[in-house]
Amino acid sequence: MVKATYNNDIQPDSFEFSAANKKKVKDIIARYPVGGERSAVMPLLDLAQRQHDNWIPRAAMDKIAEILNLPPVKVYEVATFYTMYNLEPVGKHHIQVCGTTPCKLCGSDGIMGACKKKLGIEMGETTKDGLFTLSEVECLGACVNAPVVQIGDDYYEDLTPETMETLLDDLAKGKKVTVGTQVARENAAPKTGRTTLVDDTPKSKKGGKK
Amino acid sequence: MLSDKDRIFKNLYGDLGADLKSAKARGDWKDTNKILARGHDEIIAEVKASGLRGRGGAGFPPGVKWSFMPKESSKPSYLVINADESEPGTCKDREILRHEPHKLIEGALIAGFAMRAHRAFIYVRGEFYNEGLALMKAIDEAYAAGFLGKNACGSGWDFDITVHRGAGAYICGEETALLNSLEGKRGMPRNKPPFPAMAGLYDCPTTINNVETISVVSTIMRKGAKWFSSFGREGNTGTKLFCISGHVNNPCTVEEEMGIPMRTLIEKHAGGVKGGWDNLLAVIPGGSSCPCLPKDICETVKMDYDGLKEAGSSFGTGGVIVMDKSTDIIEAICRLSKFYKHESCGQCTPCREGTGWVLRIMERMVKGDAEIHEIDQLWDITKQMEGKTICALADAAAWPVQGLIRHFRAEIEERINSYKQSLKQEGAA
Ligand code: FES
Repeated sequence: MVKATYNNDIQPDSFEFSAANKKKVKDIIARYPVGGERSAVMPLLDLAQRQHDNWIPRAAMDKIAEILNLPPVKVYEVATFYTMYNLEPVGKHHIQVCGTTPCKLCGSDGIMGACKKKLGIEMGETTKDGLFTLSEVECLGACVNAPVVQIGDDYYEDLTPETMETLLDDLAKGKKVTVGTQVARENAAPKTGRTTLVDDTPKSKKGGKK
Repeated sequence: MLSDKDRIFKNLYGDLGADLKSAKARGDWKDTNKILARGHDEIIAEVKASGLRGRGGAGFPPGVKWSFMPKESSKPSYLVINADESEPGTCKDREILRHEPHKLIEGALIAGFAMRAHRAFIYVRGEFYNEGLALMKAIDEAYAAGFLGKNACGSGWDFDITVHRGAGAYICGEETALLNSLEGKRGMPRNKPPFPAMAGLYDCPTTINNVETISVVSTIMRKGAKWFSSFGREGNTGTKLFCISGHVNNPCTVEEEMGIPMRTLIEKHAGGVKGGWDNLLAVIPGGSSCPCLPKDICETVKMDYDGLKEAGSSFGTGGVIVMDKSTDIIEAICRLSKFYKHESCGQCTPCREGTGWVLRIMERMVKGDAEIHEIDQLWDITKQMEGKTICALADAAAWPVQGLIRHFRAEIEERINSYKQSLKQEGAA
């Protein structure tokens, strides 16, 4: 899972955590036992990515190394190991389509096809306007709600090519979208209704959220 | 048949509220201090007696695991909870994290106390951002109520929980890779020994347990080992969360009794196979690493550790992936080969190279662009990957392909032959 090396042209000269994040940095380090400060590498990379337009420049890794008193390579090797750290700019909406077997059986190829058609890009590419990046990812751990797509921090589930296209349209227009399942279904329960946990449900709550 | 009153996860579907007040209404946190007052060893004995086996895939009894922890140590002991749920086909811990977080937190306190740990870390896969938030919210509530922190639940035992988010690496579900990741390193599995109970997180005694394993502990302590072991059969007791995905009419996650026949599970809860039972081709019974089983075995097999072992597969995590006759089974398994190739950490040669070889051959098999003898070669490669690496990822990559060759060799041969045929025709034209 080693990723591409950095493109030097896009690297900023320096990186600083914002004032609000500087406080968070302290809190994060304090979560771990004395002597275990290195554990903060991952949460700090995440914090840097959230602050810096959803990607981590090398200067941010150097800054984290400096804060944690580590040789920079110890931060680089972590940043390059995990797939969720973006080492180059990504679109405003990072469309991550799960393509692993359970999702594939339920039509993830069609979801990818719909995305490619709608956005006019291939997997791994970003639209010219910088609005969308399209990636294929591995099992998101929501297989009973396949096909699943992660966009930013949120999952969109039980998709069809049609609902996927609508979702992309809405995101492009800046409309509010519904997170989670895209059909009338109660989370991971069977879509036609529950087969268990029927008698324990309080009367007032029966049926759950739709 | 399991009745609702015996289901542990009443809020599996999220309609009853994940907050503390709702959790308490379901019985969580009721007289937890009385459970703790029974003492470290009695809790371990009760969990052992329940027959509970680890729900993360390996099936090791947690009570036994906890008893490996030192009774006295100059170093702190840690409980680490594996919420890095990423085995394709598996999505049960997600429901616990977002809908029953208090079961996990209370279980962590009880288990942590039993193994004499004052601190737990919960490693949540990075993609589970919202699930992680739900968990953290519940932890905050538990602190505010005095259930965690100093003198947790008035027990005299101090207990803290820290949530650590991953960042996208399947391998971190392997317990020692998880520890490295938690220490801020690359998620690469460690050689054993030393075992984590001796030298785990920060070189301290550590036990790693799956989310579901820990989350059933409080109910076992309240209702008793006898109650839990009254479900299922010896060596395979209790209730279990099953995730049924793929070609079924109603994919779902459901809590059922251990040992439920696979066919009943699929037909009763998941609305049956698409197009009817006779349209079934094969099932991967316990998450992607478990060898697939053809229809005739699925007809009678029981969903538990021994049942699936006897059938030549494995119970794994309880993630059931159903494939109907429309499935290109070679392609379905090939996609898993791609997954394992992508997720190999690259430390061990048989895995790093083997997953690549397997994928390249499998990709040709999908087209039929191969020789018949390469099927045996593929089998050999998978055999040479097994048991030769630091962790079991290489084995997990090998098994689905072995299952394919064992049960669907005829399909592979047919694909190769018809590809050859089509080349001949092209040549003739
Ligand atoms: S395979 Fe897509 S969520 Fe599991």
